[in-house]
Amino acid sequence: MSNNTVKTWAIETEDLDIFYGDFRAVKHVDLRIEPQRITSIIGPSGCGKSTVLRAFNRMNDFIPSAHSTGKVLFQGQNIYEPQVDAVVVRQKIGMVFQKPNPFPKTIYENIAWGARINSYKGSLNDLVESSLRDAALWEEVKDQLQKSALSLSGGQQQRLCIARALAVKPEIILMDEPCSALDPIATLKIEDLMRELSKNYTIIIVTHNMQQAGRASDFTAYFTMDADRAGMMVEYGETSQVFTNPRNKSTEDYISGRFG
Amino acid sequence: MTSSFGNPTFLEQNSDLNLEKRQKKASFFAALFRLSTLIAVVALSILLLSIINQAFGLVAIQDKQDRSAISQVPVEQLSQSELVTLIESNLTINRVKTLDKEKPLTERSRKDLLSIVENEVIQSRVVASYPLFKSILTPGGFQNEVAQKFPQATIRFKAWLNPQFLTKTMSNIPEQAGIRTAILGSFLLILITLLVAFPLGVSAAIFLEEYAASETKLSRIIQTNIDNLAGVPSIIYGILGLAIFVRVFSTFTSGEVFGVEGNNGRTILSAGLTMSLLVLPILITNAQEAIRAVPNSLRLASYGLGATQWQTIWHHVLPNALPGILTGTILAISRALGETAPLIIVGAATYITKDPTGIFSSFTAIPIQIYNWTTRPQAEFRSIAAAAILVLVFMLLSFNSIAIIWRNRSQKNR
Repeated sequence: MSNNTVKTWAIETEDLDIFYGDFRAVKHVDLRIEPQRITSIIGPSGCGKSTVLRAFNRMNDFIPSAHSTGKVLFQGQNIYEPQVDAVVVRQKIGMVFQKPNPFPKTIYENIAWGARINSYKGSLNDLVESSLRDAALWEEVKDQLQKSALSLSGGQQQRLCIARALAVKPEIILMDEPCSALDPIATLKIEDLMRELSKNYTIIIVTHNMQQAGRASDFTAYFTMDADRAGMMVEYGETSQVFTNPRNKSTEDYISGRFG
Repeated sequence: MTSSFGNPTFLEQNSDLNLEKRQKKASFFAALFRLSTLIAVVALSILLLSIINQAFGLVAIQDKQDRSAISQVPVEQLSQSELVTLIESNLTINRVKTLDKEKPLTERSRKDLLSIVENEVIQSRVVASYPLFKSILTPGGFQNEVAQKFPQATIRFKAWLNPQFLTKTMSNIPEQAGIRTAILGSFLLILITLLVAFPLGVSAAIFLEEYAASETKLSRIIQTNIDNLAGVPSIIYGILGLAIFVRVFSTFTSGEVFGVEGNNGRTILSAGLTMSLLVLPILITNAQEAIRAVPNSLRLASYGLGATQWQTIWHHVLPNALPGILTGTILAISRALGETAPLIIVGAATYITKDPTGIFSSFTAIPIQIYNWTTRPQAEFRSIAAAAILVLVFMLLSFNSIAIIWRNRSQKNR
């Protein structure tokens, strides 16, 4: 994990500890995310994968008991410093959730709303179209933009949520098990989309699906639970290396399906 | 009995399960629940039927003045000017003056003049009345009774709940009394209550659900108190309203600071403010539940796009909670519409013929009229009280139906 080049990372954590009340959920996370690549975070249930992901755009702020120590650096700035407005952080670092959660509005409004509240100046129509095209959804919904987003299928809803995130022009997109509520075909579409999006965006994905991490990500971070039940990162590297030649015994056991 | 395999069947094996006793218990409870529902339905039906029973029925009408002594031809055939002379010659000068003041007699319509003749000159009055079911089942009994006591009276069927009843003002004579003043008073009261309580209640609910940290001791104390306030007897709110709005803030509630003269604090504004306090806990708890029912995933989606807390509340939480909030609001209105005790304390007028003209008017409301009329000794007042109850029940039912329709629609959208 020692990297002394002056490379700029998409996001970087330094000795990040996250607590729920007195309980330390995650400890000593030093993670450097490659820009414009797909990084997957894998590990058994309860190891703090989602907690770490939410720490990247301060979504843990909404859990009253949650607090953290250490640093999360985005463009060299620790996003947990008091002068940082979490609203800006979340606009720059978007999020796609486990269950598709489109707003109960029209498809058009789902995309346009985020831009509008962020004082977007350009043409909303163009933005809606380009965001839907980028999310590979335009061809399917271009004739029904005024229909309710809830009328779409689960996979379409999830791509709509991705398009919605793209519309506010983020730099990083966090995905919290985005395919766990979808069927295999919809899952593949999302994975293809992620590959396409990684040309312009940094993508960090938490997944339970080992095959998904293996085929869809460039880098993989493996988390597990320590004896004190705190999650910690035990291995991080290029996906091909982590999957074929893990350095850690526990990683190997998990990837080969011996536990987890 | 044994099966073809020589073993006992499953029916015989189960003999030690105490099945009979368990099933008996089950059917006992089923019957008990059915009975409870039945009792409730029967009680409500009896209540409604007894009100309807009072509000309709046969009446005996008798003229105080002999029609033939007043005019040779039936009054219905008299011309407009003849009716005016008839009124002027038969009523006291003072009464004619008052009538002229309201609207000059010569400018009044024929129908208007005829009703003055009927009510004030001939003075046809209901002298006896009979409830609906007796009227249908044993009309003979009433006819005999009337024939003995009031030989000149004519018997006819009267619906006490009629268009006239809705449009006329108070009167000492039951068949001429109406509840227009009370309906207007109730509406104005509800309006004030709504304008004050809705923004306050919804704001408080938003604060408690979205801003206040739910786990702190202070917010738990506030929450418990709001829940308890919903159960405080309404008369206590009346006393509070009397002490604060009628007495302490009388310069404000009487309109004195706004240049309205000649009032005390017993205005519709005081009553509306008191009513707002009364329904506030109901409104807050309902709005809180509605806000809590908005899925958290929507909030997170909104925050995830870089929305501020207010943008999240205004664009997502409130629109999705609105049907629930409105349902709670309508239930609160229903409560305010039917409340009597606080209005009596705050000082609703029991006899008032002038429509409320603004928030600084003295006023009456439908439940006050019902209360007032039921305390009168004459049977006819009980009949118009029953008619007023029907009006009130109808208004309540319509409000509640709207609430149910709204709720169903919001559930469909979710």
